[in-house]
Amino acid sequence: MTAASPTAARPSMATLRALFRDRPVIPLVGLLAILVLVIELASPGIVKASWAGVILRTAVPLAILAGCQTLTMLTGGIDLSVGAVASMAGFVTATLIHSPGGVPQAIIVSLLLAALAGLITGLVVGVFRVHPLIVTLGMSFIVLGLANVWQLQSVQTGAGVPSELRTIGSGMQLEVVPNSLVVFVPIVAFILLLLRRTGYGRLLFAIGDNPVAARLSGARSWQVLTALYVLSAVLAGIAGLVLSGLTNTASVSLADSSVLPSVAAAVIGGTSIMGGRGGYGGTIVGALILTVLSALLTVLRLPEPTRQIVFGSIIVVVAAAYNRVTAEA
Amino acid sequence: MSAAAPTVGTARPRALDSAAAYVRRNGWTFGLIALLAGLLLFTKLIQPRYGPIPIQGLATSVQPLVLAAVAQAIVVISGGIDLSIGSMMAFTSVVSATLMDKQSDQVGIAVVVAVLVLGIVVGGVNGALVVLTRVPDIVVTLAMSFVWAGCALLVRSGPGGSAPGWLKGLVVGPLGNEWIPKAAVVVLVVVFLIWIPLSRSRAGLSIYAIGSNRLAAFRSGIPVSRTRFLAYALTGLFSALGGLSLTATTGIGSPVPGPYTLLSVAAVVLGGVSLAGGRGGVFGPIVAVVILQLIQTDLTFLRFDSNYAYVAQGAILILVTGLSSLVSFRRMRA
Repeated sequence: MTAASPTAARPSMATLRALFRDRPVIPLVGLLAILVLVIELASPGIVKASWAGVILRTAVPLAILAGCQTLTMLTGGIDLSVGAVASMAGFVTATLIHSPGGVPQAIIVSLLLAALAGLITGLVVGVFRVHPLIVTLGMSFIVLGLANVWQLQSVQTGAGVPSELRTIGSGMQLEVVPNSLVVFVPIVAFILLLLRRTGYGRLLFAIGDNPVAARLSGARSWQVLTALYVLSAVLAGIAGLVLSGLTNTASVSLADSSVLPSVAAAVIGGTSIMGGRGGYGGTIVGALILTVLSALLTVLRLPEPTRQIVFGSIIVVVAAAYNRVTAEA
Repeated sequence: MSAAAPTVGTARPRALDSAAAYVRRNGWTFGLIALLAGLLLFTKLIQPRYGPIPIQGLATSVQPLVLAAVAQAIVVISGGIDLSIGSMMAFTSVVSATLMDKQSDQVGIAVVVAVLVLGIVVGGVNGALVVLTRVPDIVVTLAMSFVWAGCALLVRSGPGGSAPGWLKGLVVGPLGNEWIPKAAVVVLVVVFLIWIPLSRSRAGLSIYAIGSNRLAAFRSGIPVSRTRFLAYALTGLFSALGGLSLTATTGIGSPVPGPYTLLSVAAVVLGGVSLAGGRGGVFGPIVAVVILQLIQTDLTFLRFDSNYAYVAQGAILILVTGLSSLVSFRRMRA
C-alpha cells in the first residue's frame, strides 16, 4: 500500500508532463492566472473588465510582433528587423496623411514598403542561404537609416498619427473591448489556420525540423522562406500602425524596444528557437504574460532598474522551467 | 644528380606552399586588410587633408566597438552568441566611472582590476545559466541583457561619474610616431596579450573544438560545459574592457546600453567568424570594425546624409555574407 503510492504517482506525473508537452498553453494560462492573482492581491480591486481591456489593448502590438517571431522561429530563423519595419510603417503613414490619397493610400504605401523589405530579406535568406539573424539585422540598419533620411525630407510636411489609427489603436468599446481586436482577431485566425490547416504551415514546421529532409522531399524552401519573410514584414508593419495609434506617436524608433520582448514572448510561449516546434496560441499567452508582468511591476511601484532585472530573470526562469518540464525523459 | 634535384626543387615550393596555405587559411582577414588599405587610399583621395590626427580620432572612436567585437567573436567561435554585451559594457562602464570619480590614481588602478573581475563574474553568470538551464544561449543572453541594463541603472540613473586623466590619456593622441595612434596600440596589446596565449592553449583549442562540433569534442574528452562557461566568462572580460574603454573615451559612464550588441554581431560576421562556430579569429572582426567606421567617415566627406551610413552598413552586411555564402556553395559543388 505504502509502496504502491509512488508507483501510482509516477504515471500520473508522466501524463502531466506529456500533457504539458503537447498542450503548452495549459501551464502558461496557469502562470498568467497566478500573475493576475498576485496583481489583485497587491492592489485589491484593480482586476476588473476595464483593466483586462487595457491589458489586452497593450498586448496586441506585442502579440502581432511575437507572431512574426513565431513564424520565423518555426523555420529555425528569427526576425530582428520587426522593430525597424514596424516603426517605419507607423512613421511613413503619419507623414503621408496629407497626400492626395489620404489615409488609405498612406497605409497601403507603408505596408508595401514593409513587404519590399521583407522580400529582400526573404530572397537573401532563401536563395543565398545567409543566416536570418544576420540578414534581418542588416535589414534593420537599412530600414532605420532610410527612415531617418525620410524624416529629414519630410520634416516640413507636418506629420501626425491619423485619427483612424488612433481609434483602432487606442479606442475601446464600452470601455472594455479594445478596437484593435478588429485587426488582431483576423490576424490570429489567419496565423492559426495557416499553421494548422495549410500545406504551407506544414512546410514551415518541416523546414525548421529538418531542412535537408524537407528539401529532399521536394519542398522548395527558397519560395517558402521568401513568402515567410514578406509575411513577417507585413505583420510587423501592421503592428507598427497599431502601436503608433496606441501611443499616438510616430517616430523612427517607436518599436525598437519591442523587438526583444517579442522574441521573449514567443520563447515563453513554447516556440523553440531551434525550429520545428511551437505555435501561435502559446505566443499570444506569452505576450499577455509579459504585459501583465510589466503591469504588476508597475503596481508594485518597483523602480525602473529593479523592474528590468525582475523582467529578465523571469524570462530565464520560465524558459528554464519550460525546458525542464517538456524535456524528453 | 637526378635524386638531388627534386630535394632542391621541393624545398622552396614547400616554404611557398606553407605561406600560401597560411594566406588561404586567413584569406578572409587578408581580404579585409586589402579592403581597409583601399578605403584609406580612397579617403585620402577624396579628402587630401586626411592624415595622422583623424586617424588618431578614428582609433579612439572605434575602441569600444573593437573590444565588443572581440568579446562577441570569442563566444561565437565557441558556437554560442551573447546578446547582452551592450548591457554588460554599460554596467561595467557606470561602475568604473562611479568608483573612479574624484579618486586617486591608486584607487583608479584598483577599480580597473575590480571592474575586470566584475566582467568575468557577469559573463560567468551568463555562461552558468546557459550551461545549467539548457535554454538556448540566444534566449538566456537576451533576458540577461535586461538584467545587466537594470544593474547599470541601479548604480546610476543617469550619465555621470568621471574618468581619471591617466585613463583618458591612454586612448587619445599618438605613441612615438604621429602615425601610430595610442588607442590602437593599447587595444591591440591588450587583446593579443590575452587572446594569443589563450588561443594556443588547451582551453583555446577546446573553445574552437566545441564550436566546430560539440558532440565530437565531447567524445574526444573535452569538458564541453566548462569550456562554454569559460567562453562566456572571457566574453564578459572583454565586455568589461569595452566598458572601461567607453568610460575612457567618453570621460563618463552612461547606464543606457549603446548599439554595441548588434554592431558586434555584424562585425564578427563581417570579420569572417562563422555564426555556426569553430571558425575565425579576433583579428578579422577588429579590421571589420575599422572598415565600418571608415565607411561612415567617407560618407560624411562625400557630403552624404549621415543616416546613409546605417544603410551602407546594413547593405554591406547583407551583400558580403550573401556573396561569401554563394562562393562557398560553388566550392562545395566543385
